Amino acid sequence: MRAPRQCRKGARLFLVFALGATTTEAHLVTTGLGPVYDGIGHLLLSLDDVLPVVGLALFAGLRGPKAGRLTLLFLPLIWIAGAIAGLANHGQPILGQIFTACSFLVLGILIAADWELPTVVVAALAVLVGGVHGFFNGVAMRGAGLRPALLQLTGIAVMLFILVAVISGFVVSLPRAWMRIVIRVVGSWIAAIGLLSLGWSLRFGQ
Amino acid sequence: MIAVGLWGAQLGVPAVWLLPVTFPLVMAIGGFLGLVGIPLPGVEIGVGLSALLLGAMVAGEVKPRKLIWPAMLVGVFGLYHGHAHGTELAPGENGLLYSVGFVIATGLLHGCGIGIGLIGRWPTGQKIVRVAGATIAMAGAWFLWAAANPKPIESHVSAAKADAPAPGR
Repeated sequence: MRAPRQCRKGARLFLVFALGATTTEAHLVTTGLGPVYDGIGHLLLSLDDVLPVVGLALFAGLRGPKAGRLTLLFLPLIWIAGAIAGLANHGQPILGQIFTACSFLVLGILIAADWELPTVVVAALAVLVGGVHGFFNGVAMRGAGLRPALLQLTGIAVMLFILVAVISGFVVSLPRAWMRIVIRVVGSWIAAIGLLSLGWSLRFGQ
Repeated sequence: MIAVGLWGAQLGVPAVWLLPVTFPLVMAIGGFLGLVGIPLPGVEIGVGLSALLLGAMVAGEVKPRKLIWPAMLVGVFGLYHGHAHGTELAPGENGLLYSVGFVIATGLLHGCGIGIGLIGRWPTGQKIVRVAGATIAMAGAWFLWAAANPKPIESHVSAAKADAPAPGR
């Protein structure tokens, strides 16, 4: 029995990203293709940024189309706003690590429990995640200059939009109940990653 | 962890989903306690006991009426496994990658157990799964014996001193 074509395509894409993944850094990655692609590359290759986005998109998808649309609207916009605020400020890296770990933990628990929160709360989560992660992205971009930083942010925002649209849309359209359970298992894993990262940050964080 | 997957496959739905959710989460709680330095007594004994009891459950094809009992058993042992990993961890380069690897490896081991456990749909497969459970239980008994009778560890310094010639010879 052969896997469906979409699955095989997805597996190939996953392999390309898995083999191309590098150690995540506080600064943005350099692709050599210009600042827009640097921004896209940063989001896709930085687990500390992409995991909360995936978590938020999964949760928004579980809560339905309206929550997905609001997340799609708020997350990229607030991420950019947070990054612009970060460009003009200093941030403590340890606070960023702890917030990242806590965001994994909270989003993971919400997904695992399939918590029926109102749509407004999902939008508030998008604002919080976007604002804080964007802020620490902005802090990391301070040395890059305003124009390259804004172009990188454009790449990040475009990728955020695509990720949230694809993941939330996928979850909203799941036809069977057991498929939602798979999403909840993924959520429990995200929460476990958050808890371990939090312990790591408290033990070894600078 | 493979025993958890095997047992989940024997118990069927919804345990096959519930156990792989419970174990990584509780294991992460144990890892967190270990990382922040909160002690847990008898960790090595707990790890040995987990293989012994979970292997015995698979070997005996035990199916409790209430799902809470397998979840609690798996949860308690997950705490011990996670704590052992958390305390033995040395400072590394990236805590997030470590955490992701830790959780994915746990999940994949459960997946292996569930995959192997699916052969239990056939009568011969059922026997093979039970034999696998018995093997895990025997390994657990050995771990437990080793944990209860730890060998004194000789440090490199004292070994070097013993090997060195006595002064004045």
